[in-house]
Formats: sequence, structure tokens, C-alpha cells
Amino acid sequence: MSHDHDHHHDHDHSELSETELRVRALETILTEKGYVEPAALDAIIQAYETKIGPHNGARVVAKAWTDPAFKKALLEDGSKAIGTLGHVSRVGDHLVVVENTPDRHNMVVCTLCSCYPWEMLGLPPVWYKAAPYRSRAVKDPRGVLADFGVTLPKDIEIRVWDSTAETRFLVLPMRPAGTEGWSEEQLAELVTRDSMIGTGFPRTPGAPS
Amino acid sequence: MNGVHDMGGMDGFGKVEPEPNEPMFHEEWESRVLAMVRAMGAAGAFNIDTSRYYRETLPPHVYLASSYYKKWFLGLEEMLIEKGYLTREEVEAGHAMQPAKALKHGKFDLANVERVMVRGKFARPASAPAKFKIGDRVRAKNIHPKTHTRLPRYVRGHVGIVELNHGCHVFPDTAAMELGEHPQWLYTIVFEGRDLWGEDGDPTLKVSIDAFEPYLDPA
Repeated sequence: MSHDHDHHHDHDHSELSETELRVRALETILTEKGYVEPAALDAIIQAYETKIGPHNGARVVAKAWTDPAFKKALLEDGSKAIGTLGHVSRVGDHLVVVENTPDRHNMVVCTLCSCYPWEMLGLPPVWYKAAPYRSRAVKDPRGVLADFGVTLPKDIEIRVWDSTAETRFLVLPMRPAGTEGWSEEQLAELVTRDSMIGTGFPRTPGAPS
Repeated sequence: MNGVHDMGGMDGFGKVEPEPNEPMFHEEWESRVLAMVRAMGAAGAFNIDTSRYYRETLPPHVYLASSYYKKWFLGLEEMLIEKGYLTREEVEAGHAMQPAKALKHGKFDLANVERVMVRGKFARPASAPAKFKIGDRVRAKNIHPKTHTRLPRYVRGHVGIVELNHGCHVFPDTAAMELGEHPQWLYTIVFEGRDLWGEDGDPTLKVSIDAFEPYLDPA
């Protein structure tokens, strides 16, 4: 992450512009050869920018917090259960939902590349795809959590899920206290992207968002 | 391959640095790279495992010094050249100079966009019964293939427990090399943190990987 960050903002503007030229050249060639239509590329980008994001996962989590039958189905077969929700339609095969409990905290990583449940969480943040997270999450998850300002009780089990195949994992965080009687919509507002990766918790009622 | 991409357990990369209010793309070109990779993959120029393999084969210093989408771009360009969709001369010139090579699924146009937004299916019918059942002890093989594999180094030689059976899935090791899908049983295998990282490891840690049956021996 530190590298990527510096790369984008500090010392490397000349390389960036060269990259930009090369990327444009490639798109020109692919277009001229009739492989792709630029408007179709625009449409892909627009879909990621507008339709896909952690709000999808947040709705699933909020539903699981309020509907025990849905939660049970979700933990048994994530893809199938989410497929029953008309408004979250893009989930792929083999989404596995893993539940945080007072005794166990789950975290998701992809040490080999950057596998991530795009359909539920949108495109992954830079830190998820960068070397510090990929290298340390499986060996020193408490140290990684400390980088996020997250501290867990010493005796709680930490389970790290390394996404080494096409299975995708979504963490079902614990419902915050003080939310009794809240609607799904209200609860979904508390669910953060990081809480569904396992590097954070949902917001608590009354805390600034 | 034992590439620098196989990062699990490596030290020295420093702190994780979350970026508050991170934009979806830091530069416009990143979004074009993402879209081109998705489009050319959907058009049938390559599969997801092949594209991963091309990123892994970037020289280590390039891999480590390149941002995420830069790696995607470099891998894409090299893959399309090697597979005959473009030539180095065209890349130099920035224009098409040769006739196009036919794409398996045809041109990627607007009608294909919805298709690319739904995740592909990787489950396949089984051709043989599963060798392992939930609860079995298995040892990750000590293998070091020179080509693509999804068995990370940090678990090789270690014993874990079968926790989930995901059915048969496309086998990345052969799919990446365009040697066929050869579907294999896929399991979640959970390891004790201390078995992987020794006595200094976190006693509360368990780590799982998703492992294809050919990666595993009974233990």
C-alpha cells in the first residue's frame, strides 16, 4: 500500500503519463481490430461505478440480522440465499458467508492475487490488493487489525480465509448492541465494507458515519 | 510457480495503510484497463487463470514496483501478444497493422455488458467420487510446479482438516496453461496457525485455503 500510495501521488508522474499513453494505445488497437467497442467498455466502468458496491453486501447482512430463517439459509448456502433476494441479483456461484461470534472473528484475504466478492462489496480497495495485507493477514492478523485500529479480545479465535479458488467469502459481522427494533434499512446503514472483510466492525448507533 | 505473487507469510512489506474515502479508481486509465481485461476475457481471448498466470510471470521487480492495475495492464498486453491477438509492432505503433484474429465469443459490444457483470460459473460435474470427507486430516503436498498453481507455499507440507466440500471446480493449474478444465474436487482446508508459523505464532489463529484434490494427500 505504501508503495502504491507513493506511486500515485508523489514521485512517479512521468511513468504514470507513459502508462496512460500505453493504455490508450492498447484500447485503440483493440478497437481498430474490432475486438471491443469503446461504448461497451464505458458501460462496464459505469456499472462498477454506479451499481456495484458494498451496499449490496450491507443489505444481505441487515436481512440476516433481522430474519433468522434467512440467516440460517445464508450460512448454509450463501449464493442460493442471496439469489432469493430480487434486489441483489448479481451474486455469483459459491459465495460462502462466515459468521462472527463472541468467540470467533473471521477475516478474508487473497494471498495469491486479490480475489474478492465484487458482487457484494464492489471493487476491492488498494490495501486489500497490496503486499502488506496479502503477506501479513495469514500470519499476523492481529497486527493487521491494529493497522486498522481494531483490537480483539486476546482469547477470541481468529479465522483467516485465504481465497485461493473461485469461492468467495463474506463476513457476517455481529449486530451492534442498541439496535433492537431497527428496520433492515436502518441496520444496513451501519454495515461497513471493512466489517464484511473482517478488518473492521459495523458502526454503532449514534456514532458519526 | 514460486513467484513473488505468492506472498502469504512474507515479512517486510510494512503496514497496511487504509485510505479514507478511497476513490474507486485513482486514475482514469485504471478503469480502462479493468474494462479491457473484462471485455477481452468475456470475448474468449483468455480465461481468468491464464490472466492470473501472466501477471505472476511479470519479473519480480516489475511485479513489486507496479500498482495493481499496472500489473493487469502489463499482463494483458503480453498475453494478447503471445496469443496472437496483436503484435509487438502494433503496440509500438499504437495502431492496428495486421488482420484481427477471431475471438471465441466474437466482438465485445454493448450487448455483452450484462453478461460480464455476473460472475462466471466454475462448478463442473464430477467424474469421480470425492477422495476426502469433511473432518479428514490431509497434508498439502510439497509441490513446486514451474507453472500456475493455487496452492500457496505457506501451507505446503502441513497437515490440516477438511472443513467444507465445494464440489468439483475448474482446475486452475491446467486451465491457466490452456490444457483443459480437468474439474477437481475443491475443499476448504483449515490449518492451525502454530502448525504454519511455529511456536511464536498466534495460538488463537486458524487459517484456511481452498485446495483442489490434487494438492492433497491423506494424513
